[in-house]
Amino acid sequence: MTTATRENVPTPRPEPTAPRSYHFPSFVRATLKNGMQLVVAPVPKLPLVSIAAVVDAGASSEREGEEGAAALTAQLLLEGAAGMDGAALTDRFERIGTSAEAHADWDAATVTLTVLRERLPDALSLVRDLLRKPEFPEREVTRLKDERLAELLQLRAEPGSLADEQFARAVYAPTARYATPPAGSATSVRALTREAVRAFYARRYRSSTTTIVLAGDVTVEDARTLAEQLFGDWQGGEGPASARDIATALPERLVRIVAKADAPQSEIRVGHVGLPRRHPDYFAVTVLNAVLGGLFSSRINLNLREAHGYTYGAFSAFEWRRAAGPFTIHTAVKSEVTGAAVREILKEIEGVRSAPITESELTLATSYLDGVFPIRYETTAAIATALSNLVIHELPDSYYDEYRAHVRNVSAEDVLRAARQHLHPDRLRIVVVGDPNAIMGPLSEVHGGMVDVVNADGAEVAA
Amino acid sequence: MQLTSMQIPIETFRLDNGLFVTLSEDHTAPIVAVNLWYHVGSANERSGRTGFAHLFEHMLFQGSASVGANEHFELVQRAGGTLNGSTWLDRTNYYETVPSNQLELALWLEANRMGYLLPAMTQQKLDTQRDVVQNERRWSMDNQPYGSWWERLPALCFPASHPFHHSLIGSMRHLDEASLEDIEQFFTTYYTPDNAVLSIAGDFDRDEVRRLVDRHFGPIPRGGGKPPLPDMSLPATLGGPLREVVPDDVVLSRLFLAARSPVFGSAEYYAASVCGAILGLKKGSRLHRRLVREHQIAAEAQSFTYDLTKGSDLLVLDVTARPETTPEQLERAVNDEVDRMRDEGVSAEEVARAVTLIETELIVSLQSAGDRADKLSLFATYFGDPSLVNVQADRYRAVTVEQVNAFARSRLGIENRASLLFVPRDGDIDSPARELAAAGVQ
Repeated sequence: MTTATRENVPTPRPEPTAPRSYHFPSFVRATLKNGMQLVVAPVPKLPLVSIAAVVDAGASSEREGEEGAAALTAQLLLEGAAGMDGAALTDRFERIGTSAEAHADWDAATVTLTVLRERLPDALSLVRDLLRKPEFPEREVTRLKDERLAELLQLRAEPGSLADEQFARAVYAPTARYATPPAGSATSVRALTREAVRAFYARRYRSSTTTIVLAGDVTVEDARTLAEQLFGDWQGGEGPASARDIATALPERLVRIVAKADAPQSEIRVGHVGLPRRHPDYFAVTVLNAVLGGLFSSRINLNLREAHGYTYGAFSAFEWRRAAGPFTIHTAVKSEVTGAAVREILKEIEGVRSAPITESELTLATSYLDGVFPIRYETTAAIATALSNLVIHELPDSYYDEYRAHVRNVSAEDVLRAARQHLHPDRLRIVVVGDPNAIMGPLSEVHGGMVDVVNADGAEVAA
Repeated sequence: MQLTSMQIPIETFRLDNGLFVTLSEDHTAPIVAVNLWYHVGSANERSGRTGFAHLFEHMLFQGSASVGANEHFELVQRAGGTLNGSTWLDRTNYYETVPSNQLELALWLEANRMGYLLPAMTQQKLDTQRDVVQNERRWSMDNQPYGSWWERLPALCFPASHPFHHSLIGSMRHLDEASLEDIEQFFTTYYTPDNAVLSIAGDFDRDEVRRLVDRHFGPIPRGGGKPPLPDMSLPATLGGPLREVVPDDVVLSRLFLAARSPVFGSAEYYAASVCGAILGLKKGSRLHRRLVREHQIAAEAQSFTYDLTKGSDLLVLDVTARPETTPEQLERAVNDEVDRMRDEGVSAEEVARAVTLIETELIVSLQSAGDRADKLSLFATYFGDPSLVNVQADRYRAVTVEQVNAFARSRLGIENRASLLFVPRDGDIDSPARELAAAGVQ
């Protein structure tokens, strides 16, 4: 290729060529006579199909005292159904080259898997068995409860997970469902029984609360036929809704240390209750977050990591749920700089509220969100997840077609208004898992007030 | 199952300066992945400089002759792309996926830092990245339960003189001692076109991409060769059993049981990999069935291989205990399963299950342009032949019960087991972790 010796100098920075157009895969939505929904996106690139069965049976639909029932019920679907025990079900899925995942998050329970095209009928018929004929064997109820209790012990030993758990408790009122982990606390999980699981299933798993999403090498016609065959005779009307408190906030400012003696690092969480997914400011807040801490090149990471070397990474996020999820800035820093790092974080929050972001920051955020859009939907599983979100959050069918235009329409003024309206310096809850001896003084100084110290259980201890 | 449609198209060419280029076209979406592997990793570090290859990877994001500090990330993200890099024992990679009209930007950025990194290096950038990496070490290892397994397991399984023995993230002291002279020397020796593979996968025009690669990478001079690695060869087994018990800030005991196994890409590797999958891939595997589901002494169980191509690979079983399980019970139960595998072998159904699952995973992993490009770089770097990506499923399908059994008999004996056992710090090894559980979490 290379002809003669060429001068060894850097080539000039190139300009982009004209972009090729991209459209989110087109899809069809249908409702069966029994109320079950079907969403099909034919994407024939590879001989694969992803299935997502989405049931309106997330943790937010639990009643008080049964926290963790949604997650346990979803997991138990795989542990016995239609006369097959858990080992037999696992075997059936794995012999067709796949494994099903079943879990419940805040807003839905989902069963997901990806199979080769030829195996779709087998796979979907197994999913039918899980959803319609689960058996919840007593032995597996006990085992999965025990595994969850072991997991809770495990998470508590990880400073990052401990910080997340304690942050949720610091941000939401004790009555709010969001104050407790989606899969439940040790107390609530211990209290769960097979009867509670069966009752939760009966209340929430119905044809009218279920959507089957198929994305990949499948036609709409075939999908519809299969769905009718397997789910057409599933009866069941609307289940009763839960009326419990989901997202009540604790509004005052707070600084809390979760004591971990001799920790070499502090896990820091700063934030407060954010806003629900279907808020009209969704796009302005998404751009705001990208500028503040959503990207590597965001203000918080450039400050804490690249300017100061305090951390391996520092980021912010709004968690989008049906009710108001948390806004969180999270990082882990060397213990000695804990106070300084929190001070910089507070400065950055003030910064986006006090002056408009620059044109360059705005275009970085919007052109990133716009450009990265097609990269997000390369796999059938990602497309199925995107369509599941459409269902869960009741977004319009045109949502993904219009996403990029919405992002591009956000202005610096929109971002400033969103920052002033949705970031609340006076209500920030600051939780740090770290060594109290090393960080108490600096944190009190930054805060200018009382600093709580609690242990890993959240019980107050003497500072 | 017929998977012939799963062959991805591959073209290769080599520039005069030695840069090996692989291309795989796919126009289904307007995106393209650029992936660059340098054939250097922690194994190439000189003594007293553990962690340097990885620290150096960080420095590659600090700008180059035409790119400002922090600009690399910003330019790619502004273009609507994703990017990162990673360091392994025997290679370092850098990659971005961008909208296809930004392909030249990605190529230019990679070429600029391959050819002209040193003018941008400063003491201040090095000091900051040293702090960042030391915080990465604290975050991923020092302040993480079980985190030290990353450096303890290779240290246990490879002799002290072997290039795979020492820590990839590096010791704090060695990181402190890294200098700008080290940067210059490492760059000049290893970051040369003839020690790299460039892969491009996705939406591009073949003639245009050849022109662009030649334009941006062509002027960069070939390197002066790199020092050979010391002899990597190792005995087939550990000559053990080897065992290390680590009291740690954990509540559940966890065992990493490693065996030396045939190197990645060798004929015997595939049987070893299937054997590992029968033991620990997903919920139908033996460890999960027996220890998690039936006996309920483990909370989690999995297996993996390091995929090393020189000396020896490692097959690792990773099993976490339930709170009421003693470390001894855990260790005995896992060893019993390995004994059973060695003595009684596997069934045809088990091999079929493992191969079918692995096949689906291989196809699923070809969906994204970034994964395709990374696989092309991998096979080109290690074996000079990216088209090997298209025969992996065949290799797995050809594995027989006899091959798996032969592997188990020759490599799963007690003499080839290294146990790295994490136990709760506050109980001695004989006391169950039950008290910790009873002490209660709310």
